[in-house]
Amino acid sequence: MNHLSLITKREYLNKVKNKSFIIMTFLSPLIMVALFALIAYLTQLNNDKVRIISVLDESNLFASEFKSTESTKYDILTNVTLEDAKKIVQESENYGLLFIPKADSIEAIADKIKFYSEESPSLIVMEKIEARIEDKARNIKLKNSGLDSELIDALNVKINTNLETFAGEKTSKLGGGLKLAFGGAAGYLLFMFIIIYGNMIMRSVIEEKTSRIIEVIISSVKPIQLLLGKIFGTSLAGITQFLIWIVIGGVLMAVVSAVFGINMSEGQMAQQEVLDQVSNNAAMQSEIDLVIREMFNLPLANLMIMFILFFIGGYLLYGSLYAAIGAAVDSETDTQQFMMPLLMPLMLAIYVGFFTVIENPHGTVSQVFSYIPFTSPVVMLMRIPFGVPIWQQLLSVAILFGTFFMTVMFAAKIYKVGILMYGKKPSYKELIKWLKY
Amino acid sequence: MNNLLVAENIIKNYGDYTALNNVSIEVPKGSIFGLLGPNGAGKTTLIRIINQITMPDKGLVTLDGEKLHADHIKNIGYLPEERGLYKSMKVGEQALYLAQLKGLTKAQARERLKYWFDKFGIGDWWNKKVQELSKGMAQKIQFIVTVLHQPKLLIFDEPFSGFDPINANLIKDEILQLRDEGATIIFATHRMESVEELCDHIALIHESNKILDGKLIDIKRAYKSNLYEVGLLTENKVETENYLKEKFELSEATFKTINDEVKFNIKIENGQTANQLISHLTTKGQLTHFVEVIPSVNDIFIQTVQNN
Repeated sequence: MNHLSLITKREYLNKVKNKSFIIMTFLSPLIMVALFALIAYLTQLNNDKVRIISVLDESNLFASEFKSTESTKYDILTNVTLEDAKKIVQESENYGLLFIPKADSIEAIADKIKFYSEESPSLIVMEKIEARIEDKARNIKLKNSGLDSELIDALNVKINTNLETFAGEKTSKLGGGLKLAFGGAAGYLLFMFIIIYGNMIMRSVIEEKTSRIIEVIISSVKPIQLLLGKIFGTSLAGITQFLIWIVIGGVLMAVVSAVFGINMSEGQMAQQEVLDQVSNNAAMQSEIDLVIREMFNLPLANLMIMFILFFIGGYLLYGSLYAAIGAAVDSETDTQQFMMPLLMPLMLAIYVGFFTVIENPHGTVSQVFSYIPFTSPVVMLMRIPFGVPIWQQLLSVAILFGTFFMTVMFAAKIYKVGILMYGKKPSYKELIKWLKY
Repeated sequence: MNNLLVAENIIKNYGDYTALNNVSIEVPKGSIFGLLGPNGAGKTTLIRIINQITMPDKGLVTLDGEKLHADHIKNIGYLPEERGLYKSMKVGEQALYLAQLKGLTKAQARERLKYWFDKFGIGDWWNKKVQELSKGMAQKIQFIVTVLHQPKLLIFDEPFSGFDPINANLIKDEILQLRDEGATIIFATHRMESVEELCDHIALIHESNKILDGKLIDIKRAYKSNLYEVGLLTENKVETENYLKEKFELSEATFKTINDEVKFNIKIENGQTANQLISHLTTKGQLTHFVEVIPSVNDIFIQTVQNN
């Protein structure tokens, strides 16, 4: 046991004291935040440019609908022919020209509406314009058939089904999205962690082989101790990095929101104004309340505990396999052929998670994959927010850890033989032979 | 109990390949035991079994009369042929780590390391990274780490490879001193000439089999072919040669002399003695050179392999 703690300590310190590790740890949150800031800035920049769209409405029915907003200005042309209008728009370098002809019926007009522009217009712009015309056209038709559009709006009932489980927990459709976000984030985080730190273990094993220190070490300690020490030490380094990231991230977020706080509330004000036109403020307020309530309704404690358990289990499982690969080869370039079978189940887990679980969190496929140990850490984590009975979660964890003990035995055998083999790249056939040594 | 280490009937197979076929060795206490054989003969496999890195399929290894168990690693110091250090670690840190793995406390390790670093005059290396050291410098560190925990049994696999002649001599002297202080040493090599001056016992391994073992001096006695190099100043060379041919088996000799002698390798038969040969020789002229041909380990090895 003393050996194991010595090895773990060395592996941990070696990783943590490494220059690139330190740089990565402290720089990547900064890079992330800088990236977000850049994206935010660029988006703003993009919106700063006001689009001017000229409208030539010969029918005189729709022009009043095009009210300028902050980002899009409508320039209503009157008393010009289409040809002149085109010339005017081209010369003024406006975004485009919307042409609504005169016709007998709304349908005939709709068929002939045209949009002229230098380049193809953005889809979002077109959708906005179409929505306005459609709205107006509908109102006109309603009026023509003797119906009052305002009355119809007043008659509309907004339904927001109140969901409740048999246990009495209130949920909502909105909560579904939130659950997905939480589960997805947890699963994806685990996926990334396994790949990054699994690779780190593998490199560390290869390093011991190429530096030829392995035989010196192995004459003092058992290979399994070295293997476990390596996995534990590296994962502790990884957890350290994550904790530092969380702390830095928290601090930076606080700083960023303090600096950009004013901007944000301005943006919200503008949005609020737009929203006021569509729905009333009270409804919006209740939606926000609901999100917050939903967040606290999530089984957060359950999710946290299971995240940690699956995190450790999944990481140990894959970490031991990564170590076996490292032991089998002489250099990192030789690892390719063995990486595929390792990455496949991980990718599968992510795909199953993001497609199948979204569609039906408790469907057969989702269930099966949340028990298979190679996919369960990701898939089960995604399912948990939707409510999985505790016994099922525990069963899955038990299977995961059981499999870990088997893979670590398997990995240790490959490791034991592999670390003393130099100069050749083994085939799968040879690996199987090693298991029998 | 005069043997520190006894390996009995060791068999080790890797799949279809037999690495060791029923090999037994006995290493006497306080000896330097040469484990010899060409590359791939099975030396390293045997050493790994002694170090409990690999387990034998069959056979028993005892250290000081006890069946080998995990605690014995503290009593063994092993310098493998494929050796190295963590490149990005500092020399001192690394030496402390490796010493602790062998069961020393940090304080003990620090104290003994200081002694060895002073002895080799490398105290200022402590905070250097291994990648800054030359190969020979790193080998010195490895040697120190191997002997630091004062093991009863030291195993050196090709210890001199990578050393320049001066440092090789330094290490050789250290090995002899360790032997004088009571350590038993197994010395594995495929370079037979380095064995002659160090080893007092040897075992020859060839193609997974032990083909010869024992005290070096006994083996040499057993392999001597009663051959003598003779240099004789004589007036009548042809007559002398004919005279000797009648009585002994002659062959051509290649040793160097400074006079114009006749030179022969003369083999004496059982029943004849060297004295008889000398008395015959002195009747024919002035004897300038008379040496018994002692077979080198290399000769013995080649001869044994061919006979098998």
